Amino acid sequence: MKLRILAAVLAAGVSFSFGPASAAELEVTHWWTSGGEAAAVAELAKAFDATGNKWIDGAIAGSGGTARPIMVSRITGGDPMGATQFNHGRQAEELAQSGLMRDLTDVATRENWKDIIKPSSLLDSCTIDGKIYCAPVNIHSWQWLWLSNAAFKTAGVDVPKNWDEFVAAAPALEKAGIIPLAVGGQPWQSAGAFDVLMVAIAGKDVFNKVFGDKDEAVAAGPEIAKVFGAADDARKMAKGSNVQDWNQATNLVITGKAGGQIMGDWAQGEFQLAGQTAGTDYTCLPGLGVNEIISTGGDAFYFPLLKDEEKSKAQEVLASTLINPTTQVAFNLKKGSLPVRGDVDLAAANDCMKKGLDILAKGNVIQGTDQLLSADSQKQKEDLFSEFFASAMTPEEAQKRFADIIASAD
Amino acid sequence: MADTIAPNPNALDPNASSARLAAGPRGKKPRPVLAPRNIMLYGALIFAAIYYLLPLYVMVVTSLKGMPEIRLGNIFSPPVEITFEPWVKAWSTACTGLNCDGLSRGFWNSVRITIPSTVVSIAIASVNGYALANWRFKGADLFFTILIVGAFIPYQVMIYPIVIVLRELGLYGSLTGLIIVHTIFGMPILTLLFRNYFTSLPEELFKAARVDGAGFWMIYFKIMLPMALPIFVVAMILQITGIWNDFLFGVVFTRPEYYPMTVQLNNIVNSVQGVKEYNVNMAATILTGAVPLFVYFVSGRLFVRGIAAGAVKG
Amino acid sequence: MTGQANAGRPNQLLRNLNSKIASIPMILTAVVIFLGGTLWTVFYSFTNSKLLPRLNFVGLDQYERLWDAPRWVISIQNLAVYGFFSLIFSLVIGFVLAAMMDQKIRFENAFRTIFLYPFALSFIVTGLVWQWILNPEFGVQSVVRSLGWTSFSFDPLYTPSIVIYGILIAALWQGTGLVMCLMLAGLRGIDEDIWKAARVDGIPMWRTYVQIIIPMMRPVFITTLVIIASGIVRVYDLVVAQTSGGPGIASEVPAKYVYDYMFQAQNLGQGFAASTMMLITVAIIIVPWAYLEFGGRKRG
Repeated sequence: MKLRILAAVLAAGVSFSFGPASAAELEVTHWWTSGGEAAAVAELAKAFDATGNKWIDGAIAGSGGTARPIMVSRITGGDPMGATQFNHGRQAEELAQSGLMRDLTDVATRENWKDIIKPSSLLDSCTIDGKIYCAPVNIHSWQWLWLSNAAFKTAGVDVPKNWDEFVAAAPALEKAGIIPLAVGGQPWQSAGAFDVLMVAIAGKDVFNKVFGDKDEAVAAGPEIAKVFGAADDARKMAKGSNVQDWNQATNLVITGKAGGQIMGDWAQGEFQLAGQTAGTDYTCLPGLGVNEIISTGGDAFYFPLLKDEEKSKAQEVLASTLINPTTQVAFNLKKGSLPVRGDVDLAAANDCMKKGLDILAKGNVIQGTDQLLSADSQKQKEDLFSEFFASAMTPEEAQKRFADIIASAD
Repeated sequence: MADTIAPNPNALDPNASSARLAAGPRGKKPRPVLAPRNIMLYGALIFAAIYYLLPLYVMVVTSLKGMPEIRLGNIFSPPVEITFEPWVKAWSTACTGLNCDGLSRGFWNSVRITIPSTVVSIAIASVNGYALANWRFKGADLFFTILIVGAFIPYQVMIYPIVIVLRELGLYGSLTGLIIVHTIFGMPILTLLFRNYFTSLPEELFKAARVDGAGFWMIYFKIMLPMALPIFVVAMILQITGIWNDFLFGVVFTRPEYYPMTVQLNNIVNSVQGVKEYNVNMAATILTGAVPLFVYFVSGRLFVRGIAAGAVKG
Repeated sequence: MTGQANAGRPNQLLRNLNSKIASIPMILTAVVIFLGGTLWTVFYSFTNSKLLPRLNFVGLDQYERLWDAPRWVISIQNLAVYGFFSLIFSLVIGFVLAAMMDQKIRFENAFRTIFLYPFALSFIVTGLVWQWILNPEFGVQSVVRSLGWTSFSFDPLYTPSIVIYGILIAALWQGTGLVMCLMLAGLRGIDEDIWKAARVDGIPMWRTYVQIIIPMMRPVFITTLVIIASGIVRVYDLVVAQTSGGPGIASEVPAKYVYDYMFQAQNLGQGFAASTMMLITVAIIIVPWAYLEFGGRKRG
């Protein structure tokens, strides 16, 4: 026992003599395992290692669905990691409320996050009962239509400029043996595509009323009926895209086997990896070319409460490293996402990213559904839309069920 | 089924049952090889064998092809140009996040998890089975029934309670915790096997030992254990396969430095970068399955013999 | 019981004590984990626990929602179909293969190894391989079509109405080998004299199997049933690896609903309600039988 105290005293002395830059190993868990994602994480690790600490990578593949239970079990099981990725929003709400997560308010005030982070809704999502619990690292928007220029050339039609033109071009694509719209089998893809259609067709206000205010009447109303009509079109156009993963669906677009895909801006990384150029090989239409509005979901890092003081210090260092402008640029260029602060220069960004930055600068943004709805309501929505896209359910029936979900949403 | 009831332990040698097995299959007298019945029999067996072998064939063939060939050819055609690159990549360079050392990283972890978990779970289950078969106490059947019903509970349901139990014991995240979890979930089937086996041994043997004054542990170690070899082989095979192939417990109840090979397999298979690298996936799959496959190929004969020796007797 | 032991036979107390000490791990597992975990689950299924368990009771709300959820209903239907066919086919195929293996065939070892090896592979691997073989674009369908039969259609994994059979094909591939081994072991345990007697009486072979051999193999069938049935109720990995529940929600199963709602939807209450329903179903079928089978009888 005495020995241990002695060791602790010694350790404290050592850390004191080296000042605040004492080295600690911090295990960081995340689910970024695809090519572009891994390259982006490497930037974060590099930046953190440069502070004298050490990033221990704990990647778990298979998207958040596989990784989150593991992260939550570790935190509640009393063996927490140093930091962990979650989507911004409500995924870690209860962990923070039960005092398992670390309050970052000190760091945030010291570094003035309130003024730096744009849009401010990102920081709001990190704030629970007035305290800040996470460091946002990027903005991902969902509202993009990715089109294969080659596919439309084969079909002998012009590359569409908006959703309606795209629907009109579908028969020509089909005749040429091309699947008009690629939709992967993972449930979140069809649910996400529907949200995108909603913003494009019914507009921002309706979107906010339905998902923000959980207004059941609007969800059952004529505006949303139109959106279900469009979803019905999308369903017909998606017949035959027998793939599971989103990037396999993107790959159908890259290879010209499919005309287009509704997918978030992360799809861009795949086009880049395949050596394609925006404008010549593929076309991106934010807001489906109808309503140029983007959502601002994304990823954030959360820090479990640790007993080890050195590690706690390292957590602070990591939090401030993540928000650091240099890290933000390096990370987001690789990830294909937008930075969380408006004061950094992304000269190296490609055309599509620039479009996104413009829209962001104009403030045409909405919150992501992950921020507005609980994971539970999101899951119910996913169940509904994955069934809708794979079956012959009528749009009316689907809308009725959708309204029920909104009515009971929290 | 024990056809020899003699107080002399030598007559109860476990080989007695294997000797009966060696006497071979029943059925009618052998007929000429080309009799219509044989043609049908072998035809059916070969047809079934093709169904069972097809996936393995596809796995092996695919793992030896390059990606361009996979995209063009059909999955059943043999590789035009054999390449071992997918194997090398799967074993040593495939990436998960920032760690690009393939499956090799998890191999020793899997060994470190599988060996103690197998040993502990079998040791405990065999004693349980022995107690249930020979030393029944009031309530034992009730516990055993609960245990058997427990075999039907989906693992996922038990994650939360077990996280809490391990947290309270301070074992969460440790190797010991994982060994306990494997012991718990192996227990129903293993206990059933051992109980059935020990029940099928002639009771006279046990009674004779009791008359000689031997106690619980004495009888277990001196008489039961040596006779239970066949069933130990069965239990060992089942546990090695089950624990080696486990993903859920390995990832939920340990920390990354103990992650078993299946976690890397999942990472390789699910980290799609551009197109799915089917050849690497298949190589990784075969590599991960290699240990249990090897165990089966080597001890498959003992497996059937072990089951025959008592596991299936009520 | 200790009272009984104390009544004059101190030895018995000692004997039972040892046995009890040895059974502590089993008792703890049965009581703390299986029984305790189950009661805990049932208890919290009446709350609205989200990410973390908390005691905020909502009565039967979670159950009402559960049975209103189309996905749960489909999961139950799928489990019924999968369970029924899986049970029948596993037993029939396993038995027939075992009976064939029992005909003094050549290469018995080779055949047995071939039938059994898939059991060494995990469900994840099984799902992946069969997903690939059944893929319409480069699997069986495209190969048959490339041979000239262009209208050939075999696409279970992307056809909602039959996707569960696609999963069944893979499950049978993985599991029937073990059933065959169990059955073969059972057949080898049948006394030669019974065959001789049947032959002398001129009973045809199939009738000997159906009327004499199978009834004699009751214990084998029971062990096999426990193994198959517990696998059926728990089916999860295979579905995740092969179809992820798709297309749409056509191949969802209850265990996946439980897991998805507990962890992805972060709605423990809902997940617990679903698992309670599974447990109740299992209990209704299994408990009376298990007690009769393992509890009621004296040492044989």
